[in-house]
Order: sequence, then structure tokens, then C-alpha cells
Amino acid sequence: MKAGIAAAKEGIMRCEMREGVRRRVQRSVQRQGDVQKRRVQRVVWGGEEKEICACSLFGAMNMEGERFGGEGVVKAIANMRVRGNGLGGGFAIYGIYPKYKEYYAFHIMYEGGNEEAKKETESFLNAHFDVVFAEEIPHAECVDVNVDNPPLIWRYFVAPNKRGEMLSDDDYVVQKVMHINTRIRDAYVFSSGKNMGVFKGVGYPEDIAEYFLLKELYRGYIWTAHGRFPTNTQGWWGGAHPFNILDWTVVHNGEISSYGTNRRYLEMYGYVCTLHTDSEVFAYAVDLLMRKQRLPIDIVAKIFAPPVWELIDKMEGRERELLRTLRMVYAPLLMNGPFAIIVAHHGEMIGLTDRIRLRPLTAGIRGEMLYLSSEEAAIRLAAKKLDKVWTPNGGEPVVARLKAGVVA
Amino acid sequence: MKAYLLPDFEVERKDEKCIRCRVCERQCAFGVHRYDEELDRMFSAEEKCVGCQRCVVFCPTNALAVFPHSSSYRPNYVWTRERISDLIKQAETGGVILTGGGNDKPYRIYFDHLVLNASQVTNPSIDPLREPMELRTFLGRKPDALPLAKAGEEDVDLEMELSPNVIVETPILFSAMSYGAISYQAFKSLAIAAKECGTLFNTGEGGFPKELRKEFGRNAIVQCASGRFGVDPEYLNCAAVIEIKIGQGAKPGIGGHLPGEKVTAWISRTRMIPEGTDALSPAPHHDIYSIEDLATLIHALKEATNYEKPVCVKIAAVHNSAAIASGIVRAGADIIALDGLRGGTGAAPKIIRDNVGIPIEMAIASVDQRLRSEGIRNKCSIIAAGGIRCSADVVKAIALGADAVYIGTAALIAMGCTLCQKCHTGKCNWGICTQDPKLAKRLNPKIAARRLVNLLRGWSLEIKEMLGGMGINAIESLRGNREHLRGVGLEEWELEVLGVKGVGE
Repeated sequence: MKAGIAAAKEGIMRCEMREGVRRRVQRSVQRQGDVQKRRVQRVVWGGEEKEICACSLFGAMNMEGERFGGEGVVKAIANMRVRGNGLGGGFAIYGIYPKYKEYYAFHIMYEGGNEEAKKETESFLNAHFDVVFAEEIPHAECVDVNVDNPPLIWRYFVAPNKRGEMLSDDDYVVQKVMHINTRIRDAYVFSSGKNMGVFKGVGYPEDIAEYFLLKELYRGYIWTAHGRFPTNTQGWWGGAHPFNILDWTVVHNGEISSYGTNRRYLEMYGYVCTLHTDSEVFAYAVDLLMRKQRLPIDIVAKIFAPPVWELIDKMEGRERELLRTLRMVYAPLLMNGPFAIIVAHHGEMIGLTDRIRLRPLTAGIRGEMLYLSSEEAAIRLAAKKLDKVWTPNGGEPVVARLKAGVVA
Repeated sequence: MKAYLLPDFEVERKDEKCIRCRVCERQCAFGVHRYDEELDRMFSAEEKCVGCQRCVVFCPTNALAVFPHSSSYRPNYVWTRERISDLIKQAETGGVILTGGGNDKPYRIYFDHLVLNASQVTNPSIDPLREPMELRTFLGRKPDALPLAKAGEEDVDLEMELSPNVIVETPILFSAMSYGAISYQAFKSLAIAAKECGTLFNTGEGGFPKELRKEFGRNAIVQCASGRFGVDPEYLNCAAVIEIKIGQGAKPGIGGHLPGEKVTAWISRTRMIPEGTDALSPAPHHDIYSIEDLATLIHALKEATNYEKPVCVKIAAVHNSAAIASGIVRAGADIIALDGLRGGTGAAPKIIRDNVGIPIEMAIASVDQRLRSEGIRNKCSIIAAGGIRCSADVVKAIALGADAVYIGTAALIAMGCTLCQKCHTGKCNWGICTQDPKLAKRLNPKIAARRLVNLLRGWSLEIKEMLGGMGINAIESLRGNREHLRGVGLEEWELEVLGVKGVGE
């Protein structure tokens, strides 16, 4: 029954999307000329041609928990412009709502400004949460900024009103988010964590930053960013990265060949993939493994990108036993195919690539700042001097953590 | 009574090529060829020919050709030659028509209506000759989560003991073929090949000869079927997996039948029944009349083997497979084997073989989906059987949701079988499906095992090529990954049951 409704909804969605995308694509073709004129100051690399089939990732974290503005991050992600195609960009920022940090901050998009969806969502929220504050997310005027068809986006600060339901707050929120995403037409939850938020849409990431006034309005201690080159799904606001559930966010570059296996496994645990993109599975897999099952990141990295059997067989004793068992039990969560991801939640930012490293990821450190990026040049643009820059091996996570005792 | 049957095959002998070496005469257990010394001529009794092609292959001068008989009744769409022949046979004998092999009727083969995906540009295909490509598969129950005990800051340790799983290095296993149905030599060939390839063979319900247990036990699935032939604690404990056979794709709903003539001294010892008696396994297990009875047997077997081995339950794919499979998992089985409409047999009533059961593709899809909807897919592995003809079928079966496949007919063909469907006569000229020592010794286990190993090797290489093309480098990422399948020429409801999109979608 549930699956039936979701499928029906997906069918409707798809038809509508195709229509929308055609319009968008036409418009972006028309616009391309003046876009390039406006951005001459950003130097495009001369000489060798760059591979453009890619997405760009960037992440920055202050491990002392100090909040910083988005200048550097926006500059860095904009520098990797050729890795995207203007059909998706987005940011996750942690530590932005200190005033409401006790409350879940829901960023909710209403596709096509659907007031009906908004009304239905709000009555759903009122029925299941105490809404302490709600407003439209401030944004620049569309005419000034290069974004397409912006939907209506609101934020709600809420406390669960469980009425005796025997779930943890987090599980309760996950359940309600899944409800909104699957049952309420045209309503999608961009983010649902405390003291953090996701801002994303169709456009280049620097345009999205401009649209949401990120540089002007927000300061956070972790920023992750994504520039998108949509391949397997068409560009729409809900499909942009980061993907989120609770305070977990994921930005992803790649295409997961194991999507069908991963998605169907996650469905068994109540995660319904609604955003029509393979990257979504990362957010849910991370939530399942790290939040619900409390597995540490080193183990999760070994689940997403395990060593090959040939290596495991050569290991000894407990290590071999552990890796063997992990591969056996979590085989459906092996993320096969090319990926680089940056996963973040409060207190932690993690970078990881697939086990045969088919997508780039570079890390850099300067003082209390740790940077992750698709390209080293972008890091050097955000931080002129670096203590250390390195390229992690495939399947080897880079973890930035808040210093002990620091509460962000 | 004069037999009215038309011969099935025509034997053409090119006299100018024939050197009267009489190889054909010696090779044919059905007595087709006969040499007349006085006339210095070879004669053929075509009505006895089963079309097994043994004589054709062994004729040193290529003087023979055997092909479907050219005589024909008046063509009739309704009353085909096969229908008429069957009617004549029954009119002349008054019995049930027996046959061997698998269903040969033109039911839709869904594998042939599914096409695979490959990576282009956005996702690199992987070259299996240069990159690791992993086929290792675990069969058995997996937990939902793996609680880890933190030993120190860095160290993590496994906290719980897991249900036993068995490892196969390629997701292709040999299907149940019992000693009795097939010759000792064929049985041993399967065992040798399974061991060499790091996979499993299945003893079927005919027991497991004692002298083979030590060497091949770790590669054996031992069956506990309704006849309980050859089942004792040692038999159960020497194996890798125990399989409770409820049904078989070739003959859902009925038991096995090994005629007394085939129960030789050796067979009698292995099956633990008196020599020369018919070995009849009942249609149901007489201690399993319900799902809770099955649970009892599963736990009795686990108890008998100290919970060290996964227990598999094999059922024929039938209309309600999905619901039945769910019950089987809840009854405690670690593996479910599904045997589809096209599964083979050593002997079955033709009417059953040709009319009962459902295609394996549909069964895999509906069982896998059902177990997922109930959130219990991890709790068991699925082995699919019945009509797996090539490596692409393996890939498609796994993408639909199977963990591994059983091959029976394909393995027999690798050893020499030509699908003449006369397994039930015990006169197999290829030495596979016979207990006649003269015929059986035609099969050299070393050579037959080599052919089987080659087959598995070839298929495994092909599977790696297909996986690499899809941008996948471990078989587990294909399991249930229906995104990599698309249907061609299927109706809406068929696509829905299979859970795949149509091509171009």
C-alpha cells in the first residue's frame, strides 16, 4: 500500500519534472552567453582541457568549534565551476541557529510554491510537533540572482510532540520526515537537524549562496558545499546536494552502481528514497550505521569501501575476522562504483572515496581548520597557507573532529 | 500388441564411409545398431534410438547422422506429433508416462526478455583483467546489525556470535543429483569439481558414500528428503550445509522414485535400504504437515549438528512461493532454495514435469520482494535453480534477488549429457545417469571434473566481464540490484512482478 502510493507519486513527479526540466534547460541555454560575461573575473584554466564529467565537493571545519563566515568556502567551490553544470549547488552549515539550538530546524521546500502542500505540511507539523518559530527562509530577489524556478522554502523550529509514542526523538523525527517526503505532494524536507541547515537548489553553488544570502547571514563551524553535474537524474531543487536526515549531511560526487542493492536494503529499515538520486542512499546509510547502530566512522568506511578479499585473506587474527564479518553482514551497503563523499554531523566531518578511488579527494590542514576538496587548488584559495596537504587512499577516511571538551 | 509409434529419430549411415568397426554397436545401450556378419552390413533399429548422439560422436569416420525422423502425421496445431505419440504409448501400456530432464515446453523464458546494463562515461566500467573483481558469496543468515564491543580506543571487537555461513568462491553451486539417479562416477566428478572451484555440490536424497565424506564433505550439501535415505548423524555432520528437500521444480508435489533394478549393493549401502527394493520417497515428509512441523525438523537438524551448519529448505517454485518462503525463514531456515519450472529430474511423470510450477525468474523476484517487505531478507540466502543455462542467466538471477544459483542440467551437459531425456531408463550411454557398471565406467571422474571446472571458470570469467561493464567490482553489489535490468517485450504486469523497468525507461 505504502509502496503503491510512493510509486504513484513518483510517477506523477517524474512527468512533472520532465516538463519543468525542459523549460529550465532551455532557459539556461539562453542565459549561458551573459553568464560567462558576468564571470570573467574567475579564471578558467587554460591549456589542457579539463574533464568535466564530475561534481565538486568542498568542506571546511574549525576543530575548536569556532564559527566562521562562508567567504572562503564559496570562493573555493566557485573555483571548481567546471566540475558542475549549473543544475545543482548547495551548502550544509553547522552552528547557525544558536538561539534555537534545542529545536529541530526543518528546512522544507514546496515545489512550485504549492500552497496546498504548505498547508498540509503545516497542519501535519502542528499535529506532531510544537512549532516554536516559523518563517520563510530569507533570500535575494530572483531577478538579481542566477537561479532557476526557486520553490517556496520555509524553516520551522520544532520540538517533538510524541503523545506517548515509544520512539526516541530522533527516530520520531525520521519517521515524520519520511512521511512528509513520501505522502505530501510537492513537499520535501531539505534538512531536519538541530542548529544546522541545508541550503540548496538549481544553479551554480555560488549562485545558490547568493540567493540564500549565506555569506551575509550565517556563521558556522562546519561548512560543506557541492557543485553538481547531474547525470542520472534531472536537475531539480530537491535533487541538489547536500542530502540530509537529522543533522547528518552528505555531499557526493559519483554514480553508485550498487544503488539498487543499497536502496532496497535501506527500504527494509524504513528509509524511503524519494529524491530520485543515488546520493540519497549515503545519507540514510550513514544515519542507519552511525546514528542508529552507533558504529564508529572507521568501521563505516570499511563497510562503504571495504578492502578486497585478496587483502583481507592475507590479514591476521582478529582484524581478518572483523573485516570478513563486516563484508558478510553489510554486503548490501558496499557502495560500489565511483564516489567521493563528505559526511558531516555535529562535531564531525568525514571524507571518503570508493575502494578503488575512482573520484578525487584532497585534504588540507591549517591550524584548527581542516579542509576537504575535490581539488587542491580550491583549498589553497580558501587558505593561503597550509600546514599539510595530502591525498588519502581509496577507502581510507579523513576525519575532522571537535577537540576534546569543545562544545560547538 | 503391435506398437504403432513412429520412430523419434532417423539414423543415416553413409555406407561408403562406414568401416564396419562396430563402435556404434558397442556404444549404444539401447541396441539401435547391429552388425550382420553374413551380409557384412550394419543395420539400425531406429525405433529404439533416443537421439543421444553417442554413436555419432564416437564414429571414427563420421559415417553417422542422427536427426528427428522425417516421417510425419498430417500437421495439426492441436494434435501434435508429441500428443499423438503420448496417446499411443498410454493406449499400449496403460501407465503414467515417465521422462527425464527438465520441462521442454515453450513457456516464456524471462531471462531472454531481460537485458543488462553497462557503464558509459559518467561511471567508468571496470576491467576485470586489471582490477580486482570479486565473486565470493556467503550463504546463510545475517544479523540486522553487528554490535561491536569497544575494546580500547582504536580496537573494536565482534560482540556476538553469528549464525553459521558458508563461503563459495563463485555464486554457482551444483544442484541436487543423487547417487542412484546418477552414477558413482558422475557423483564423484561433481564433488571433485566443487572442491576445486571452492563451491558446493549437493548429494541429493541418495545418501553420501562414506569413503567420499572426509575428502569432499566440506563442499557438500547433504539432503534430508522425505525418504530420509542415508541420513544419520555422521552424514549430517560431515557436510557444509544441510538441505531439507520439500519439493523439486521438475515435479512439484510428488516424491522421488528409484526403481529396485537400480538399487545395487552399493546403492543399498549408501541409501540404507535392502538391495533390489524400490526406493520410494513419499510426496510429503510424513513428519511435516505444516510450517511448525518444518520448524521442528529444522531445529532437530541444527541440534544434531550443534548449530554449526546452515540449514537450507528447498521448495519448488509454485504459485504461493513468496508466502511459503516467508514462513520458511520464520521457521528458522538459513537458506531457501527455489527450484523453477524448468528444473531437471532423473525421473518424473511427464504430465507433472510439463505442467506444474512457475518460472524461476518470477519466483526469485516475488520471494525476494516479499522477504524485503517483511524486513527479513537478511535472515536467509536465496539459491535459485531451474533453467540456468549460461552466465548471463546467473547474473540476471542475482540481479533479480538471488544470492547464488544451482546448476544441474548445465553441469550434466558439461559432463557429456545431450538431453535425450531418457534418464529414467538407466541406460545412459554417456555413463552419467546409469548404474550399469559397463556404462558408468565410460565417465572418467578426473576428465568429467575437469570439464565441470572449465565450465565454472568460463562462467565466472564471463560474470566478471558483465559486472565490470556495469561498474561493479563485487557480486554483492549486484544482488537484488534490479536497476541493472530492463525488460524487453514484456507486459506491464510481468515487469511489475519482476520489479524492473522496460527498456528505454
